[in-house]
Amino acid sequence: MVERRPFVAFLTHLVLVLGVIAIALPIWITFVAASHNEVRMAQVPLPLWPGDQLWVNLKTTLFGGGLSGTEIAPVWLMLLNSLAMAMMISVGKISISLLSAFAIVYFKFPFRMACFWLIFITLMLPVEVRILPTFEVVARLGMLNSYWGLSIPLIASATATFMFRQVFLTIPDEMLESARIDGAGPMRFFWDILLPLSRTNIAALFVILFIYGWNQYLWPLLITTDPSMTTIVISIKQMLEAAEQSPQWNIIMMTALLAMLPPILVVISMQKLFVQGLTETDK
Amino acid sequence: MLKRVHFPSSVLPYLLVAPQIIITLVFFIWPASQALYQSFLIEDAFGLSTEFVWFENFEALWDDPIYIATFWRTAFFSAAVAFLSMSFALILAGFAERVVRGAMVYRTLLIWPYAVAPVLAGALWVFMFNPTLGIFPYFLEFVGVDWNHYLNRFQAMTLVILAAAWKQVAYNFLFYLAAMQSIPKSVIEAAAIDGAGPLRRFSTIIFPLISPTTFFLLVINAVYAFFDTFGIIHAITQGGPASSTTILVYKVFNDGFVGLDLGGSAAQSVILMALVIAMTVFQFRYVERKVEY
Repeated sequence: MVERRPFVAFLTHLVLVLGVIAIALPIWITFVAASHNEVRMAQVPLPLWPGDQLWVNLKTTLFGGGLSGTEIAPVWLMLLNSLAMAMMISVGKISISLLSAFAIVYFKFPFRMACFWLIFITLMLPVEVRILPTFEVVARLGMLNSYWGLSIPLIASATATFMFRQVFLTIPDEMLESARIDGAGPMRFFWDILLPLSRTNIAALFVILFIYGWNQYLWPLLITTDPSMTTIVISIKQMLEAAEQSPQWNIIMMTALLAMLPPILVVISMQKLFVQGLTETDK
Repeated sequence: MLKRVHFPSSVLPYLLVAPQIIITLVFFIWPASQALYQSFLIEDAFGLSTEFVWFENFEALWDDPIYIATFWRTAFFSAAVAFLSMSFALILAGFAERVVRGAMVYRTLLIWPYAVAPVLAGALWVFMFNPTLGIFPYFLEFVGVDWNHYLNRFQAMTLVILAAAWKQVAYNFLFYLAAMQSIPKSVIEAAAIDGAGPLRRFSTIIFPLISPTTFFLLVINAVYAFFDTFGIIHAITQGGPASSTTILVYKVFNDGFVGLDLGGSAAQSVILMALVIAMTVFQFRYVERKVEY
């Protein structure tokens, strides 16, 4: 702080606390709703303070079939599906981007620039603008209702390739020279020198991509028709629709809580990597 | 671009780029060109025959008052989301930058909405504003507001904007905070010695110096509001009531998957692609110039 002004210091904390409350309010209300029973959640006004049913709701949601009277898959299975999808997307994106950035930076070969521009174009084609034809391709390849169909169409990544390209360009040329003098081939150099040197970048990117993968909505919504393949994020929408007939808000909000917990934990526990990943990939 | 020292050409680099290139061709280039091709076709009502019609689908969109209205609605929606979340984030970052102790605690508490999926953000807000049960309609009734976003167009739009802005505050806050922390302390201190108070320093020094970040965030927020808010709208209003919250991306989905108007949906996709390309080019040009404050 530049100067000592007790009033400004007080105002600063006041505004920040109010800001935190405004930001946290939706999550707090979700948490409260997930800790009351069904009867209480149908009375106006709804509670603003947690009840004692959190455990019971957690057990019903995870293992008790979730929402009664609907054809929604068990919540633990949907959590597993989400985890599988998020891991496949993030690991897949990182691996293929590392390989292609390596090829583009360290090899001189015909069509090198063509490859680079081809990858660059993907930046301009978000899945939302080409949903229908992409859906047709995936359907024709027989990848509907599979983990492959959920993840592969999303793993091409221009941003990740660019980021690794930048990282590789900052690695001194002497590294490669000395590695070659010592007799290392390209893959040996990639594996023993490039990968260890870009470790933190990989970790930072993983944090961002895990959240990206976990939170996918439109794509899984279209290509999973089999209830056993739905992800937890998709199920919220199905539950909201079911809520119009039988509003079991305690179970719905418990599911919502479970659906947002993994990415929130990742952000909070790996905050430094998260901030690094965010600022690196978007520039 | 290329390292001065590099490996000789062989089969290896092709193998290395192959996975990325194959996925790009199969799932990006091919579908995009299909969308482009379909946008020139009209299919009859039974899907039996198609006719090549050049730009007729685009002309139909141009003459369609519903599409033009959707376009302006999307522009209004993204401007509102960007303004709301950026100004809120700017105020919070301006204060958080002053905090010496506990700054990390505030940052931790402010960034996690970033991790909430759009559709979940929608679910939380639709629950809080549920006309019969929600907490906010209960309190709004005391001030004489009858809240029902299923019937009231204005209230539906307000709710969608609030939910979308809430989710984006975290992102804007992080970038604003980083930008403010990179301003040299000596500049601020010099102004303080000259007698400029906190408010004056903010408006004459800090805000002008972080204008590149503001500009960058404007583009990012516009892209976010255009393309990443599908889940929010799908959960809260499903584009209703009477299409009052249908934005462009939602209309592509609705016309293509629900209405099965393939040519029209493809033409809309092509227009969206042109928009993304324009925004990306804009962003890249700006990033190049960004270094020279």
